[in-house]
Amino acid sequence: MDKIKVLVAKPGLDGHDRGAKVVARALRDAGFEVVYTGLRQTPEQIAEAAMQEDVNVVAMSILSGAHPHLFPKVVNLVREKGMKDTLIIGGGVIPEGDIPALKEAGIAEVFTPGTPTTAIVDFIKANVK
Amino acid sequence: MSNEKIKAELEKYEAAVAKVVAKNPERAHLPEQRLYTPLDIKGVEAYTDEIGFPGEYPFTRGVQPTMYRGRFWTMRMYAGFSTAKASNERYRYLIANGGTGLSCAFDLPTQIGYDSDDPISEGEVGKVGVAIDSLADMEVLFDQIDLGKVSTSMTINAPASVLLSMYIAVAEEQGVPADQLRGTIQNDILKEYAARGTYIFPPKPSMRIITNIFEYCSKNVPKWNTISISGYHIREAGSTASQEIAFTIADGIAYVDAAIKAGMDVDDFAGRLSFFWNAHNNVLEEVAKFRASRRVWAKVMKERFGAKKPKSMMLRVHTQTAGSMLTAQQPNNNIIRVALQTAAAVMGGTQSLHTNSRDEALALPTQESVTIALRTQQIVANESGLADVIDPLAGSYYVEAMTDRIEKEAWDYIKKIDELGGAVAAIEKGYIQKEIQDSAYKWQMDVENKRRIIVGVNEYTMEEEPPKGLLKVDASVGVEQCKKLADLKAGKPINKMTKGRDNEAVKAALAELKDACKNEKENLMPHILKAVKTYATLGEICNVMREVFGLYEAHVSL
Repeated sequence: MDKIKVLVAKPGLDGHDRGAKVVARALRDAGFEVVYTGLRQTPEQIAEAAMQEDVNVVAMSILSGAHPHLFPKVVNLVREKGMKDTLIIGGGVIPEGDIPALKEAGIAEVFTPGTPTTAIVDFIKANVK
Repeated sequence: MSNEKIKAELEKYEAAVAKVVAKNPERAHLPEQRLYTPLDIKGVEAYTDEIGFPGEYPFTRGVQPTMYRGRFWTMRMYAGFSTAKASNERYRYLIANGGTGLSCAFDLPTQIGYDSDDPISEGEVGKVGVAIDSLADMEVLFDQIDLGKVSTSMTINAPASVLLSMYIAVAEEQGVPADQLRGTIQNDILKEYAARGTYIFPPKPSMRIITNIFEYCSKNVPKWNTISISGYHIREAGSTASQEIAFTIADGIAYVDAAIKAGMDVDDFAGRLSFFWNAHNNVLEEVAKFRASRRVWAKVMKERFGAKKPKSMMLRVHTQTAGSMLTAQQPNNNIIRVALQTAAAVMGGTQSLHTNSRDEALALPTQESVTIALRTQQIVANESGLADVIDPLAGSYYVEAMTDRIEKEAWDYIKKIDELGGAVAAIEKGYIQKEIQDSAYKWQMDVENKRRIIVGVNEYTMEEEPPKGLLKVDASVGVEQCKKLADLKAGKPINKMTKGRDNEAVKAALAELKDACKNEKENLMPHILKAVKTYATLGEICNVMREVFGLYEAHVSL
């Protein structure tokens, strides 16, 4: 396939984007094309950006605890736009116990604090369609 | 002993070390210089100008003459989650257990000026802090807490004027006059643009609101710290120690400039400016950072702004241990990290301290974890001896040399930011954000390449059971909060109100506030206070301000 294109997104009101920016930069250094949304994106805005930018991957970060609400919403909106194969992943301060429900909702993988960026790169390479 | 003699002996030592190191190399990734001597610090003749005495210019050794020999720092635990009622219980628990000041964490909708029933608030209500929609919530938050006795810090920035007004109104209901209130609002919008993200309005109206608060409080709430100029979040976003104090002091310069331009005398407000530092992992570097920051600020205030009162030159600081250094892996190890960070803050001479809890890389802390964090401060205070002598590390060749180094790096950055047109311009150009991002990326790569070892993360790892007993904020909080808000807006009495709010009075107060927003000469504080007392909601008040002031457009860069 062509160069893998990733949308790094910050859904919700959370302003902590150290992780999102570090991951975005690491993905870029790994040879991906990366678009970063900036802060405070609604699920609708993220899905719209994913379609406009025609990305292969949507990578979201939330540290505020709003992930059970916002992650599944993004998945649904992206799928509604007909992007069936887009790989959607998430990260942030996400308790272990919340992960099964997020995966059930269509988040392909959840990366928690301490994850090396290489693990995210490897996961995308192995799973992107 | 003369410097020449030391130099000669040092050369002999280095020659000997070179042979040892050739045979047995030192560990990798160490700072270049292995040993500090009198050659690395200024001579005794510089002592009074550069180091001096506690409570005296340039305050390198601390802002009070007796420091912790008089009393310990304020043990101020940052707390707030879920509803006002749940947070009120946590506050009263902390006070009962020896906490000596309150520190309120608000949820994100509150911090960005939205009501809990705003669609944008969905999923965020009560999550990272307590949800406050109106004065009614604030009354519950401080129920049975005497605002005449406690000092309260509020982590609130863009809508700081509104939350402070609510606090003043609750105090009034308790019979405590505003001039008796003690506490702090964070009120530092520049670091929100650069590092923390809870901005609302563009820089110009934001700086006006901040200046309005300085002016209002200098006359009406004189014991209140009107701003907490914060390096904490800049550091959390990834900056170095020097960048933390440099960018923060540059922000401080912008606030002082704005207030002077608005016609205030520097000595009328500068004594109420306070700061907020991070206590990070490298203990000695942190101590040097605290010391250097006091010296830089003192010089800025005296030399640049011509302040006359010593109080105006004092960098008084609240500290929090570094949240970003907590690990999700082997979370009990965080207790040790926090203890070391506490030691750094205390040897650095902080005025108040929040210690993080071991489980905060995973969730909000449980009561048990918070208790350990508070006890950590009490152990350092009472058992370690670190609080018994003032500025105990002064005179350490290493710490003094590092204090000088950090000071110099800070001045270099301040000069660069001046050249860019000051902190506001530097943020609008994305310069400060870029510097922070570069440092954050370097840190991450150092960890991934093991140039930096984090115990339990990239070394000494082990298989762990998923942690149990984490605090969970129920999703029903949002529902409950929205129901309460619907009742309030419908004019039904809630809490202890005997009658519901008068919606006509709310409308009139909001219209008055809107006019005031349009008149740049008008101080907004009295109008906001008036609106708050009608039980106008935070969202209603901020919406009026949004209509007039517009929204900040962030500079997005990678």
